[in-house]
Amino acid sequence: MASNRVLVVGGGLAGLSATMKLAELGIPVDLLSLTPVKRSHSVCAQGGINSVNDQTRQQGDNEWNHFDDTIYGGDFLQNQPPVKEMAYWAPKVIDLMDRLGVTFNRTPEGYIDRRRFGGTLYKRTAFAGATTGQQLLYALDEQVRRWEVEGLVKKYEFWDFLGPVLDDNGRCVGGVAQDMVSMEIRSFPADAVVVATGGCGLIYGRSTMSVFCTGSAASRCFQAGAKYGNGEFIQVHPTAIPGADKLRLMSESARGEGGRVWVPRRPNDTRPPKQIPQSERYFFLEERFPKYGNLVPRDIATREIFNICVNEGLSVDPTRMCVYLDLTHIPRHELDRKLGGILEIYEKFQGVDPRDEPMKIFPAVHYSMGGLWVDYEANGEGGLLPGSPRNQSTNIPGLYAIGECDYQYHGANRLGANSLLSCIFSGLFTGPGIVNWIKSNKAAADLPKSIFEGAVAQHQARHKKLLSTASGSGENPYVLHQELGDIMTRAATVVRYNNQLTEAYEKVSAMVERAQRCSLTDAGNWTNQNVIFTKSVQDMIPVAQCILKGALMRDECRGAHFKPDFSMPSLSATDPTERRLEAEKWCDAFEENTRKYLKSSICTWKGQEPELTYEDIDTRLLKPRPRLYGLVGAEVIEEVWKNRCGKQEQSEQARPQSKQLAGAV
Amino acid sequence: MIAPGPEANSARKPSKINVKVLRQDGPGTPPYWERHQVDYEPDMNVISVLQKIAAQAQTIDGKKVPPVAWDCGCLEEVCGSCTMVINGRVRQSCSALVDRLLEDNSEEIELQPMTKFPVVRDLMVDRSRLFHSLKRVQAWVPVDSYFDMGAGPRIPREDQEQNYPLSQCMSCGCCLEACPQFNKVEVLRQPGETDEAFDARKKAAYESEFIGPHAISQAMLFNSHPVGKNLQKERLETLTGTGGIQACGNAQNCVAVCPKEIPLTTSIARAGRAATLYAIKKFFDR
Repeated sequence: MASNRVLVVGGGLAGLSATMKLAELGIPVDLLSLTPVKRSHSVCAQGGINSVNDQTRQQGDNEWNHFDDTIYGGDFLQNQPPVKEMAYWAPKVIDLMDRLGVTFNRTPEGYIDRRRFGGTLYKRTAFAGATTGQQLLYALDEQVRRWEVEGLVKKYEFWDFLGPVLDDNGRCVGGVAQDMVSMEIRSFPADAVVVATGGCGLIYGRSTMSVFCTGSAASRCFQAGAKYGNGEFIQVHPTAIPGADKLRLMSESARGEGGRVWVPRRPNDTRPPKQIPQSERYFFLEERFPKYGNLVPRDIATREIFNICVNEGLSVDPTRMCVYLDLTHIPRHELDRKLGGILEIYEKFQGVDPRDEPMKIFPAVHYSMGGLWVDYEANGEGGLLPGSPRNQSTNIPGLYAIGECDYQYHGANRLGANSLLSCIFSGLFTGPGIVNWIKSNKAAADLPKSIFEGAVAQHQARHKKLLSTASGSGENPYVLHQELGDIMTRAATVVRYNNQLTEAYEKVSAMVERAQRCSLTDAGNWTNQNVIFTKSVQDMIPVAQCILKGALMRDECRGAHFKPDFSMPSLSATDPTERRLEAEKWCDAFEENTRKYLKSSICTWKGQEPELTYEDIDTRLLKPRPRLYGLVGAEVIEEVWKNRCGKQEQSEQARPQSKQLAGAV
Repeated sequence: MIAPGPEANSARKPSKINVKVLRQDGPGTPPYWERHQVDYEPDMNVISVLQKIAAQAQTIDGKKVPPVAWDCGCLEEVCGSCTMVINGRVRQSCSALVDRLLEDNSEEIELQPMTKFPVVRDLMVDRSRLFHSLKRVQAWVPVDSYFDMGAGPRIPREDQEQNYPLSQCMSCGCCLEACPQFNKVEVLRQPGETDEAFDARKKAAYESEFIGPHAISQAMLFNSHPVGKNLQKERLETLTGTGGIQACGNAQNCVAVCPKEIPLTTSIARAGRAATLYAIKKFFDR
């Protein structure tokens, strides 16, 4: 395999774990990144990484429960085999990261400490202070540096991936990229290309994401023919700190360590928070969800906070919308040991010590559950078949997607501390499959040079055309980006309405053409950030269209996608019999909705806009059920549902064949 | 999503902010000052000022200019990208809040690139030497494989609490900018030089100079890991060689400027002791 190479695009957790695994398997890797890989957006992950562990196991937890929590948290929108495999690998992933020297917090006895995160009742989350993503990334960065010294990895940092190279049969045989310093454009012949380029938060202007998270690399694959799945599912994190340039994340771990969200019961209460007595504080998450409390899944917490501010007028600040996130009841040394990193961020950027004063927070765009469509091959137990070249493969043969830029693991809503897991897992797991793919194909290095020269010429033409627009009077790319961000934030975040989505889709579609008319302010060919940014803005638009179109077409509420006009009504009857009848109807409606909408939205690029189709979900292991999280007042729905499932199980037991796993998908 | 409101006292806030930027078009070209002016908004930092400058693309005199180039990433001081010299002090530009800067000097904000690294363009510098130092000290745990071998060794809480701060080093380069013993090394590409030849020349140049406090601290981090210490000898060999620990002049500037408050001088002291012991042992083992 001497002449085989793999191109990995993106050096966050997913890209680095894939790189080191491939290098271990003896495959040389070209690792391409917009930034030195150690600075990738994974550094921003704060709270931790989930797995079943010895302690939770003895409290009744197991891998299956982690799988179930993840599917339930994602509102059943995931194909189940990859998620099952991930949950079963989770303890192994944490063991490996432990061996690589990650400075996980320790119990007094020296074991890895754990905390609770949203959407589960178990303490599954391993953490390194409140900078877990940074610590995990550094461990992988160090291993990749080791392989770099060994000569198996060559890094191309400050390079922008411009698109995949396809041969005449539509197989991906490499990529084209641009050096962001010298502006050189060249091809990278590769037997497989792995895209690990993260989320697309910059489409919303300001989000919790880093400036690199434009989604443009994924968009370039999409425009080259890769399918994009479930784009409309964008996670809005409940707790972030507002800022002029960025909305800074305030980790869920703050609530995992006992932080409480509240507002004064009285609107426009001007008293300082600490002077408001307990009885006059409205701990709305705890009151409405006594079972999960402040640790309901993110989509629910976000909607509740949004509702408290927008509809109930209980914002704690008269000039802007926000609620209190209160840690002041927790001892300082405990806070410093477990949450130091995030408290410093609040202190530095807000000038207030959150150990003394409750923080003021509000939701912000945070994570893309959707992304490039990827395949999988299931094994007999409903997990994944190791070594299958289909795992994590996009519909373009030889083009793989892993990490946040794939659509695979989190369905309609991601659980906290599952993203670090999905990134590292998909990176590690995909390596052997890629090796098998390479074995069965002609080496890219032996292909005619003309394939690569043609691709380079195409990107050079685009580049030259943009430079020639300098000092013209066309669109300002920075202003256009702001406009895009404003439209997306207004129409496609927490609460969505069809009229707003339609209008937004029209406006954004008009931007396809407007973005082609951008005028640069820098015509130079040295470190021209202006032209790199303009290209990324142009390429944000197709993904923005996928998000809007997916949201527009989905007339239901599922996870992070919430349309009040299509929400399931809450029960209103007080008479027990009538209430039960209402619950029956509710469950009928739920089943009907599942039949209609429990499908992935799949976008395909058609030159000016995406075409949207639907694909069935592989629910071979878990039957979809109402996602209520013990909501007060909805107990009767749970009851009715259990009853129905009981009856169904009985009838299925009578016919055991119907439970067979084979033949799904 | 968020409508930012004015925090606390918004009195005496200017409507405009003057910014002076030291620009440079590329390596080997002369630097020059340029003045910009942007509208004031609440909650601004240097990043949002630079974003406005990029969007305007003209100086205070209305002269059309290309946007100022700079490096940034996470905007919350964990990625280490956006280091520059702001009002004469090296720091991250994301956590440099405009209101605070104006309290010190209401006339203007002065932005310069770091002086210890070669300028790529404007405020962007080439910090590859910083990462090369991490290779020199083999800053990694040499595990056998990435297969599932069970958990790592148990680590006492005390050790974790000592190591975690060292592991927060984000390779921003502030300590190197402030260190009197760390001097700029700029290797310019020669005409027709191949990538390999250029890289080899850079490597040789970097390795003849001081490795820097950040790398010494990383060496100590990995030397205190139960498996990481398998490379302890190799690391100490580097630290006792050219550009190693003896180049440190104990100015203690590094620890004063570190945005993560990493106890760099403690690491250097530990490294000094370990290097001395290593040298003595090596002498007697000859």
